[in-house]
Amino acid sequence: MAVDQSKIRNFCIIAHIDHGKSTLADRIIEQTGLLTSREMQAQVLDNMDLERERGITIKSQAVRIIYKAKDGEEYIFNLIDTPGHVDFNYEVSRSLAACDGAILVVDAAQGVEAQTLANVYLALDHDLDVMPVINKIDLPSAQPQMVIDEIENVIGIEAQDAPQISAKTGLNIDQVLEQIVEKIPAPSGDPKAPFQALIFDAIYDSYKGVIVFCRVMEGTVKVGDRIRMMATKAEEDVVEVGYFGAGQFIPCDELSAGMVGYITASIKNVRDTQIGDTVTNALKPCAEPLPGYKKVNPMVYCGLYPADSAKYPDLRDALEKLQINDASLHYEPETSLALGFGFRCGFLGLLHLEIIQERLEREFNLDLVTTAPGVIYKVHKTNGEVIDLTNPSNLPDPSEIEYMEEPMVSAEIMVTSEYVGAIMKLCQERRGIYLSMEYIEETRALIKYDLPLNEIIYDFFDALKSRSRGYASFDYELKGYERSELVKLDILINKEMVDALSFIVFKDSAYDRGRRMCERLKGEIPRHLFEIPIQAAVGGKVIARETVKAMRKDVLAKCYGGDISRKRKLLEKQKEGKKRMRQVGNVEIPQEAFMSVLKLDED
Amino acid sequence: MKELELYIHIPFCVKKCNYCDFLSAPADEKSQSAYMEALKKEVSYYGKQFADREISTIFIGGGTPSWVKASYIEDLMREIYASFTIAKDAEISMECNPGTVTKEKLEIYKNAGINRLSMGLQSADDEELKNLGRIHTFEQFLENFNLARECGFTNINIDLMHGLPKQTVEKARETLEKVIALNPEHISSYSLIIEEGTPFFDWYKEDLILQENGETTKLLPKEDTLYQIEKMSQKYLAEHGYIRYEISNYAKKGFRCEHNIGYWQRKDYLGLGLGAASLIENVRYSNIVDIEKYIMTVCSDCKAIREENDVLDKKAQMEECMFLGLRMLEGVSKNTFAEAYGNSMEQIYGDVITKLEQEKLLINTADRIYLTDKGIDVSNYVLAHFLF
Repeated sequence: MAVDQSKIRNFCIIAHIDHGKSTLADRIIEQTGLLTSREMQAQVLDNMDLERERGITIKSQAVRIIYKAKDGEEYIFNLIDTPGHVDFNYEVSRSLAACDGAILVVDAAQGVEAQTLANVYLALDHDLDVMPVINKIDLPSAQPQMVIDEIENVIGIEAQDAPQISAKTGLNIDQVLEQIVEKIPAPSGDPKAPFQALIFDAIYDSYKGVIVFCRVMEGTVKVGDRIRMMATKAEEDVVEVGYFGAGQFIPCDELSAGMVGYITASIKNVRDTQIGDTVTNALKPCAEPLPGYKKVNPMVYCGLYPADSAKYPDLRDALEKLQINDASLHYEPETSLALGFGFRCGFLGLLHLEIIQERLEREFNLDLVTTAPGVIYKVHKTNGEVIDLTNPSNLPDPSEIEYMEEPMVSAEIMVTSEYVGAIMKLCQERRGIYLSMEYIEETRALIKYDLPLNEIIYDFFDALKSRSRGYASFDYELKGYERSELVKLDILINKEMVDALSFIVFKDSAYDRGRRMCERLKGEIPRHLFEIPIQAAVGGKVIARETVKAMRKDVLAKCYGGDISRKRKLLEKQKEGKKRMRQVGNVEIPQEAFMSVLKLDED
Repeated sequence: MKELELYIHIPFCVKKCNYCDFLSAPADEKSQSAYMEALKKEVSYYGKQFADREISTIFIGGGTPSWVKASYIEDLMREIYASFTIAKDAEISMECNPGTVTKEKLEIYKNAGINRLSMGLQSADDEELKNLGRIHTFEQFLENFNLARECGFTNINIDLMHGLPKQTVEKARETLEKVIALNPEHISSYSLIIEEGTPFFDWYKEDLILQENGETTKLLPKEDTLYQIEKMSQKYLAEHGYIRYEISNYAKKGFRCEHNIGYWQRKDYLGLGLGAASLIENVRYSNIVDIEKYIMTVCSDCKAIREENDVLDKKAQMEECMFLGLRMLEGVSKNTFAEAYGNSMEQIYGDVITKLEQEKLLINTADRIYLTDKGIDVSNYVLAHFLF
């Protein structure tokens, strides 16, 4: 059953977060009749509970749709939904490599945002044809013509005939479908050439092993073929090939050049599959692997520990499985005096960290303790050695340090003019270095700052949103390292240093952070039978102190026949609280305390 | 004959106190009479079920049982005697609130078989009483107390509450002095507990958190003051011949409350009336709490008034044996434990006992364990260790 390549369209939808990608994907699926409206639910492609709850896309998803166009022909659409948040750029980039074109969704009320630009540039980097769509024209504040002009002026792509739609109401979705046929190019590639496909994603299934999601560039693959992963050299026999229905895998006879689909080959060892690797036929291999992906490096690190130390092997397995389809997740074992065995994990950003943490907890049923996130510092030692510091506990003795460097990012913030002052103040507070400001329209400015990464990993995004009433958008990329005055802030509880609570901080912020950390911990640590001093120290010198007073007495309650069940509940609650504690010296510290550093800016 | 304790609940009061979260409320004469009729039916129903048991103690609590017509109590007692086998020397207590009793009522109680009164005084300071929402003054209490003595009640308990808003050690001592001058046989002395859903909770919830954290409070005594009040009370009561036999109970020799001791020693007890709880052969039951439903159900299908039941397995029994038994100052006997559960206390709780001994919260002798003074101070902390 040969598939006519000219009738295939492989595309993705890109947009700034909240501009309506997933809703447009829903409408396309619905209007082409892949799912009836009865089967539809919002964000059909976001099949993780987490995605629906948060209303965001985390993982790219692919689906194959049949569209009967006005020219009377049937077309195969392979639609790949992609995440919008800056932390998941890597995920976007992977999906783009599997496509030939991209639909750019722009909100008719908000116009071009920082991520709109970032995603368009990503798409252009991958040589994709970008097809703009103006969404949310049903909003009273919609200004479609202005947005069209903005797309042409700011991005520089033709937009006059962009469909003006409402993905929410379904208005003009037919125009989008027709334009996909007209404007997105059909794939090329020779079905008879040696097999060559790009792995753009993979998942682990306990029955089928690793399921490889790929875009076939050249040649054909079918059941029984012996395939080889070009980077890992692993070879397996193909058990099944197929394409993506809505939320299900649909087997077919073969996948040929231009098609998007999946391959299973009873790959049990998850390490044999690497996203970005090229699959070829082992007997008739292609000459060269595909360019693959740029390796991404984590920007944020933190320690992840199982709440129950016996679950350490489970955490290791879970991380291994998550890493199959999230190559940006890095981890290596570490040991903490306070928390026992765990992993130092690297993430692309704080949202990524949060998502991984939640996926570990939900999908793998793990209870985790997370330590304060930090960035990678470069420590230049007096002996000329340079170390990459991901764990504050490994900071060498100050006498061995000549100087330290911290990562800087170039940030672009787009904001309406009334909030320019507030946003600049925020950047200033976060040690930002002002670079430039230009008005891209009368009322909107693009502000550029260099900012230390460790100032934006905690809550910069939230602060930005709250200070601009949601009108600022933000994108950043790593710029490089700069020399900085940094110190390690240690926390001592009852005179014992708690390694898992140490963090690196800009010297001038140390006192303030130390003080707030002590206050916060005072609220988290329950009273014991003795007094507990909580101290913040830099280089052995205490800079802040709080005390958790000793508990002298409980109230003397009566206890009659009717109170006994209630009494039991009270004691059970007390006991339950203890189970979630970590013993450090003779002090029991609740797990939440280890994350309290994250909340320092909330008050 | 196997023993059984009987608890009877009268859920009526003149007015709800500001701190009270008990199952009680004001009610008109008609509902009182309907309730008492239903209650007698329940008494008669369970009398048949427990024909093989001997009632060792009876406690009529509330609410304010002394508020309803004395004839209701008379009828109730008559029904109890007619339905159950009552031990000859049974302790029969009734709660009696100042401001609700008269000589006539007291005589009726006495003739009905009641031989112990428990009077809810709470404080001897009129201002404190007013703030608590009590309906009486200290003067009225005095009158009632003296009447009770005149009528021949020789076993009287007085309930006292400390840790009241604005209370100081001196004020707490004044209350104690006034009470001890009356020479009651038994004193219950416990802390004010601020429960959610009461006016006190709304008034003092911020203070409560401060108190729990050992911080300076506005109106409630701070933790240190509370500690001093309790130490003062213990000392003062001991000096006047009151022996502390349970965390919040003191008695003159020979006047411990047998009924309550039954709760802490896990004797079987049968609770009758609205919301009353029972422990029968290691199952905990409790009656429904809606009064209309209670009255209707008693009349139609008496066994359906038990709403929850909680079957205690061996683990739960051992836990209870410890966290209830340790409330008694004599503690828990190792022999009793081993006989009841087939394992020695050391086998089950050896590590916990060692830890608590090291923390000086528990004393471990050859035949029993019991709380130290410090252990009593932080009893919840200690008792929680005995849950699995």
